[in-house]
Amino acid sequence: MAWFKRSKENISPESQKRDIPDGQWIKCDSCSEIIHKKQLELSNWVCPKCDFHFRIGSEEYIKTLLDDGSFKEMDKKMKSGDPLEFEDTKKYAARIESTMSKTNLNDAVKTGTGKINGAKVSFACMDFKFIGGSMGSVVGEKIARAIDKAYSSKMPMIIISQSGGARMMEGAFSLMQMAKTSSRLARLAEAKIPYISILADPTTGGTTASYAMLGDVIIAEPKALIGFAGPRVIKQTIGKDLPEGFQRSEFLLEHGFVDMIVQRKDLKETVSKMIGYMTN
Amino acid sequence: MAKNILEFEKPIIELENKIEEMRKYEDNLDIKEEITLLEDKVTKLKENIYDNLTRWQRVQLARHPERPFTLDYLYLMTNDFVELHGDRYYRDDNAIVGGFAMLEDQKVMIIGHQKGRDTKSNLFRNFGMPNPEGYRKALRLMKLAEKFNRPVITLLDTPGAYPGLEAEQNGQAEAIARNLFEMSRLQVPIVVVIIGEGASGGALGIGVGDRILMLENTWYSVISPESCSSILWRSWDYKEQAAESLRLTAKDLLEQKIIDRIVAEPLGGAHKNHIKIAETLKEILLEELKELTKIKPDKLVQNRLEKFGSMGVYVE
Ligand SMILES: [Zn+2]
Repeated sequence: MAWFKRSKENISPESQKRDIPDGQWIKCDSCSEIIHKKQLELSNWVCPKCDFHFRIGSEEYIKTLLDDGSFKEMDKKMKSGDPLEFEDTKKYAARIESTMSKTNLNDAVKTGTGKINGAKVSFACMDFKFIGGSMGSVVGEKIARAIDKAYSSKMPMIIISQSGGARMMEGAFSLMQMAKTSSRLARLAEAKIPYISILADPTTGGTTASYAMLGDVIIAEPKALIGFAGPRVIKQTIGKDLPEGFQRSEFLLEHGFVDMIVQRKDLKETVSKMIGYMTN
Repeated sequence: MAKNILEFEKPIIELENKIEEMRKYEDNLDIKEEITLLEDKVTKLKENIYDNLTRWQRVQLARHPERPFTLDYLYLMTNDFVELHGDRYYRDDNAIVGGFAMLEDQKVMIIGHQKGRDTKSNLFRNFGMPNPEGYRKALRLMKLAEKFNRPVITLLDTPGAYPGLEAEQNGQAEAIARNLFEMSRLQVPIVVVIIGEGASGGALGIGVGDRILMLENTWYSVISPESCSSILWRSWDYKEQAAESLRLTAKDLLEQKIIDRIVAEPLGGAHKNHIKIAETLKEILLEELKELTKIKPDKLVQNRLEKFGSMGVYVE
């Protein structure tokens, strides 16, 4: 759990590369192709040459998945209460403040309602750039409320996960968000309301071990890292290098833990089709 | 057994040894009064030390190799325990044990993490770190308890779910998530007790219930102080500070309203008196079950949903 490696100001070289840089020309991490930003946007932030799926945020996923202008955000202003007055090399409260101003987000998830080809859905999308997409009280509460909205309005629940796991700086409160969100999903399931879980790169730790793995249908983006423990920790445990492709979407498909791997350009149509099969 | 003495236990043990030594001469020399004085001194010293333990020191107590583990509690608190094995999909996991038992006159299902006490038993128990099959066995036993309307008691004591290759391949995350999902709707009472280490999702994977209790010298958090130190401080050397920052003791969690009750341990910790702590816990469990079994299943499940729903601190 909470195996995300870096907070905002000390992001690892790898994740830095993968966030969309400013500038007009962007180099693909995978094949080094130089791509114009506009072109990338038109191709859903997927490299036209090698199919590499760039890591994108909630704003981009809203554009990718929801009908234009249909998204109505809920609990937009909710932010962390720093219940432990946590301090490591830096105060958590200060970390939150600086991340908020850098990312223009209030925490690591955006929730609301929207439409997918006209069908109303309750929607949640995480943001990896906000403290590694970590799940603390705000993420847990906002997702729980989004599930409640799906429950009370009888509309499908869609969650896009990209997260390093539970947020260490809120201690046991973060851990309990796993139980909070899972129990809400259990009630939703009893009411026979569909839940589609979409996994983006990376989905690990407590996020995977709660709502991410509980979809009626689980869809993964190509080559996303998906697991419980992080690769570094597993490598330490077994004292060996990990096999090629370990904990990637294709590996999970092979072992039976996701239903399908879907290209970002096909995501909306696939979700829409699944909603059609699971609702009247 | 000297290897199992913690740093802060040393002055107490030295004094106790001294008293022991003096007792040998008690009959020949007139030192009764002196012994009584020393005994008072040791009691005061203990109270002083154990009331002022740092969070890291509590973590050390929680990991004490002589603390009672799940099977110890089963033997000391219950009768007619019948251990049940296997997840029915893959294999049996020795890091989680469970089965039916009699708690006084009550038929219950008890499930818990199981650590070993020496190298050999620790290897057999995988240091109390379950694989997915452990969580799936636990769930199977809980569903069995539900089917025959028996309350469930879970005892948590793990350094974490096992971060291994096979564990990932077999869906560690799915197994834990499934348990949270199913436990939240289980139609029988669940009492959860942290008896040692409550490390993260590996602990919570059998930790959703109606009443959450912690033994006095245990910890429960999202991550261990060592791992937290290595990630946030980028060094293993800040575990004491990490323990302080995480606020992970029983007292902390009661203040955070994440647990309902603290179970007092014998002075010096549960490892000092297995029989006593087992008696205390048994009494408390009976008390909790008496209340919980009065509640109708629908209400029980609703309360459980609200209980976990209320956890978290945010600003709107
Ligand atoms: Zn490329």
